[in-house]
Amino acid sequence: MHHLSLKAIANKLTKKEISAVELIQYFLDRINTHDKTLNSFVTVCEEQALQQAHAVDQLRNKKKLPYYAGIPIAQKDIFCTQGIKTSCGSKMLDNFIPPYNATVIEKFNQAGFITIGKTNMDEFAMGSSNESSFYGAVKNPWNITKVPGGSSGGSSAAIAARLAPVATGTDTGGSIRQPAALCNLTGLKPTYGRVSRYGMIAFASSLDQGGPMAKTAEDAAIMLNIMAGHDAKDSTCANNAVPDYTANLENPIKGLKIGLPKEYFSAQLDSNVAKQIEQVIQTYKNAGAEFIEISLPSSELAISAYYIIAPAEASSNLSRYDGVRYGYRCEDPKDLTDMYERSRSEGFGSEVKRRIIVGTYALSAGYYDAYYIKAQKIRRVIRDEFLTALNKVDVILSPTTPNTAFNIGEKVNVPVSMYLSDIYTIAVNLAGLPAISAPAGFINGLPLGFQLIGKHFAESTLLNAVHQYQKLTDWHTQSPEQYA
Amino acid sequence: MTTVNQETIKKVAHLARLKINDEESKTTAAAITEVLNLVEKINTANVEDVHPLANPLDNNLTPRADAVSESNQREALLLLAPSSEAGLYLVPQVIE
Repeated sequence: MHHLSLKAIANKLTKKEISAVELIQYFLDRINTHDKTLNSFVTVCEEQALQQAHAVDQLRNKKKLPYYAGIPIAQKDIFCTQGIKTSCGSKMLDNFIPPYNATVIEKFNQAGFITIGKTNMDEFAMGSSNESSFYGAVKNPWNITKVPGGSSGGSSAAIAARLAPVATGTDTGGSIRQPAALCNLTGLKPTYGRVSRYGMIAFASSLDQGGPMAKTAEDAAIMLNIMAGHDAKDSTCANNAVPDYTANLENPIKGLKIGLPKEYFSAQLDSNVAKQIEQVIQTYKNAGAEFIEISLPSSELAISAYYIIAPAEASSNLSRYDGVRYGYRCEDPKDLTDMYERSRSEGFGSEVKRRIIVGTYALSAGYYDAYYIKAQKIRRVIRDEFLTALNKVDVILSPTTPNTAFNIGEKVNVPVSMYLSDIYTIAVNLAGLPAISAPAGFINGLPLGFQLIGKHFAESTLLNAVHQYQKLTDWHTQSPEQYA
Repeated sequence: MTTVNQETIKKVAHLARLKINDEESKTTAAAITEVLNLVEKINTANVEDVHPLANPLDNNLTPRADAVSESNQREALLLLAPSSEAGLYLVPQVIE
C-alpha cells in the first residue's frame, strides 16, 4: 500500500477495496512506528484526519467524489492550516494556530486530500539540512546518521520512509530539490508565480515557491495540477493558463535538446557524482535526446548574489515577528524595545538571527548600493544567461547536489560550507525558472539526484522528461530497507 | 577582505531589534565576516550598466481590485495575541 502511486491508491478507494479510514489509519500506524526515530512530523493530525476520512467514506456512498478524495498528504509546516498549529520550524510560532488556510492547503482540501500531518523543516526554511528546526533534526531514512536535506527535510524523510504518499515543499534556494535528491524522490520547484504563496510563511518573497514532492514525476504532475493557478490573494501569482500537467507525460522525448553547462561539469565535480550523472545522460541519449554544451558564465556569482538577496528579503519579512499580534512574547518586558528585542532573540534560532543580521547589514545606509543593488544586477545577468541558453535547448541538466547526504552535525557550525551545498539549485531561484530533481542512482548506499531546468512555465516539459526517464530506470522505485 | 567588528554587529542587531550579548556578538561577528567574504565575489563582476532585477518575471504583477474582500475577524485574530484587552493589543507603556 505505502509504495503505491496516487492513481493506484485512488483506484483502490474508488473500487472500495479499501476505505479512506483504513487508508489513513494505515499511514498513521506507519508514522507511529517510525517517526520517533525520524522526527519528520511536527504535528500529526490523527483526530482530524480520521474524522475527514470518515466523512469521505460516508459521502462516497451518496455521491461522486473528486478522484483523489481520501488520500493522505503531508503538508510542510510553512503552509498555514486553519485550526492546526503552523510553526515554520520555529519557537517563534510554536503557539501559532492560523485562523485561515494557505491557498495551497485550500486547493488540496477541495481535491479531497486529507492532511495527515505537518512536516518538520529548517526554521523559517533557512537551511539545507533540517538541523535548524526548533523541533530538532530530521533523520534521513536511508541512513539515520545523515541529514535528509532541507529545508523541506521533514517532507522528504516522510515520503522516503513511506509515511505519506506525497508531501508539499517550498523552495527558496533548493529546498524542494535538494531534500528530494538526498532522499531518492522527485521534487519540482515550479516557475516563480506558478503556485500561490498566500498563507505560505514568507522567507524571501521574490524567490519562494511552493511545489510537489513525490515518488515519481507522474505523482508530482497530479499534485501540480491541483496546486498551480492564479490567486487574487497573491499579486505575484501568475495569471496565465494552467495546462494539464499529466497530458504530455507519455510523449516521446526523441529530439529533446538537453544543455550541459560546462561550468557545472568542471574538474571540481566529485568523480562518483560525475559517473552517476554520465549514466543519466546515457539513458537520455538512448531515448533519443540530443546533448549540447552550453555556458552559464556567471554561475559562480549565484551563491554570492543569493546570500545577499535572500537575507535582505528575510530581514524585511521577519520584522513582522514583534511579539505583539501573534507568536512568541518574552516574559515581563520592561519597555517596548525590550519586548521587541527579547521576544525576537528568544524566539528565533541562531541561523535565522544570523541571516537577519546579514540582511539588515546589506540593506543599511552606506552598504545598500554595494551589496543589495549590485546583487540584483547580477541577478539579471544570471537570469538572462539562462534565457539565452534556453533559446538553444529545451532543458538544462546538472547534478542536484555536489554530493550525497552529509552527516548530521557536520556543517551545522560552518554556515558557508552549508550554503555551498546549494550550488546547483540557487541560480534557478534567482532566475525564477522551474526545475525538477529526480533519482539518479546511489553512491555507497545513499541516493543522488539529477536536476532538469526548464523555460519559464515549461513544467510540462520537465515532468515529461523525468517521467520518460523513470520508465527506463528503476532508481525511483527503491526505498530504504528498514521501511520496506 | 571585509571584517566586521563586534560594535558593528551590536549596532546592526539593534537596528533589527535583536538583543545579543558580548559572547554572541563575538561569534556572530566571526560568522558574518565569513558570509560577507563569500558574497564579496560580486565585486569581481562588472555590472555598472545593468538594471537591477527584483522580480524574475519582470512585470507579471496581477493586483486585485482595491475592495473589501474579507469579513471582520477581529476576535479570531485577537485570540492569537500574547496579550489583549477590550478589542486592542496590549503592549508595554510606549509614552513615559
